[in-house]
Amino acid sequence: MSNNLLEIRDLHKSYGDVEVLKGVDCTMSQGDVISIIGSSGSGKTTMLRCINMLEEFQGGSISIDGQEIGYETVGGERRRKKEKEIARQRALTGMAFQQFNLFPHMTAARNVMLGLMKVKRLSKEEARALAEKWLDRVGLRGRADHFPGQLSGGQQQRVAIARAIAMNPRLMLFDEVTSALDPELVNEVLQVIKALAQDGMSMLLVTHEMRFAYEVSNRVIFMNEGRIGEEGNPREMFHKPKSERLAEFLKTSSFG
Amino acid sequence: MVWNGERFMGYTLNFAAVWRSFDLLLEGLALSLALAFAAIAIGAVIGLFTAFCLISKNGFIQRPAGTYVTIIRNTPILVLVLFTYFALPQIGFRLGKIESFVFTLALYSGAYLAEVFRAGLLSIPGGLREAGLAIGLTEMQIRTSIIAPLMLRNVLPSLSSTIISLFKDTSLAAAIAVPELTFEARKINVETFRVIETWIVASCLYVFTCSILAALMRAVERRLSLPR
Repeated sequence: MSNNLLEIRDLHKSYGDVEVLKGVDCTMSQGDVISIIGSSGSGKTTMLRCINMLEEFQGGSISIDGQEIGYETVGGERRRKKEKEIARQRALTGMAFQQFNLFPHMTAARNVMLGLMKVKRLSKEEARALAEKWLDRVGLRGRADHFPGQLSGGQQQRVAIARAIAMNPRLMLFDEVTSALDPELVNEVLQVIKALAQDGMSMLLVTHEMRFAYEVSNRVIFMNEGRIGEEGNPREMFHKPKSERLAEFLKTSSFG
Repeated sequence: MVWNGERFMGYTLNFAAVWRSFDLLLEGLALSLALAFAAIAIGAVIGLFTAFCLISKNGFIQRPAGTYVTIIRNTPILVLVLFTYFALPQIGFRLGKIESFVFTLALYSGAYLAEVFRAGLLSIPGGLREAGLAIGLTEMQIRTSIIAPLMLRNVLPSLSSTIISLFKDTSLAAAIAVPELTFEARKINVETFRVIETWIVASCLYVFTCSILAALMRAVERRLSLPR
């Protein structure tokens, strides 16, 4: 048993014949904020989605707080865990998506309350109180009873973050959360993430916002063709890239 | 009635006989509505379940559901009604007239509603299911709290016409002597010989009821529409 929050060992994932993750190793401690960068198709989003079993993976292991996620080995045979157990493990992480994915038929508060009531089994009143607290934290006081269709993209994404964070996850996963936003709305979302990071929330961010990755994370992982191409602290990574590929990638990205 | 006593292309209209039996027609209409309500309620459950089966990637789940829908949708409902009432008792499956018809119309609605619901399910973005999974909901919780309510909103307009169509199909119960509206109208027709008057009144009752159903469905649609 290690005291790492997250431990990924030799992660392999393919879609049919196409191998998208070719042996990824990564560990992360409590309070780490890690940005995952890399060109599209390098496997960064797939890696994130394996951590909460939105993607199945064929080889390697992922553990959170020492518990193996998604699969178990019984009598030498690797088996997918039971659906109920996987659902329980998914609640260890929270995820925010590129497309927000708010439930459009529920108000902002209801979006946050759903998991609290159905998964955490809180009463309606407790759930509502928590929902209001978190909506307040992401700057949406007074928007609790608005439907997603009545909110801007940036506001929707902040509701989505509140929905994930209210579940009190061990680790937050952010999957290109600003990519679908109009440029003027990007900052309000980044500010929320930054505040969460400063509160000590452990997070993994797949992002194209190089400036943000540089400022907010204590470690950066550069994914390249299904493997970790390079990793280190943001200062070294962005100013003194060791590999040709990373230098190339940074040159074409928005960092500069 | 303005037409009473008037000659209409050589036929003298006289509604008096029909009015005398009007309460019979109303009783028939009430039974028609009850048949439709019972059958659609059961059919909706069958249809919802079948719709989820139809979109399953598992062939063992998808194929039986597909077969059920194909068979029902390609058989005239009158044939199904007659088959259930006359043929099934031969193999020991005996039901009363009303039960037999409700059973048939429920199976029939199930197949049609399954197709309506399936289309609605396909229009829901997959990201919502993933968002549900990510907060730790089970597949069943996602279906009941997220997918089904959204699907229902999506399909309300086509659901409305399917329900009206199914209500009209209750007239086929007359074929096995269930005393619904069409059956009662035929009885009055035979007893009074007021052919045109009887069928005009019966038709008006159908049109009137269908308009009310349509208005009700529109009200539900408005009520459930999401603010934006």
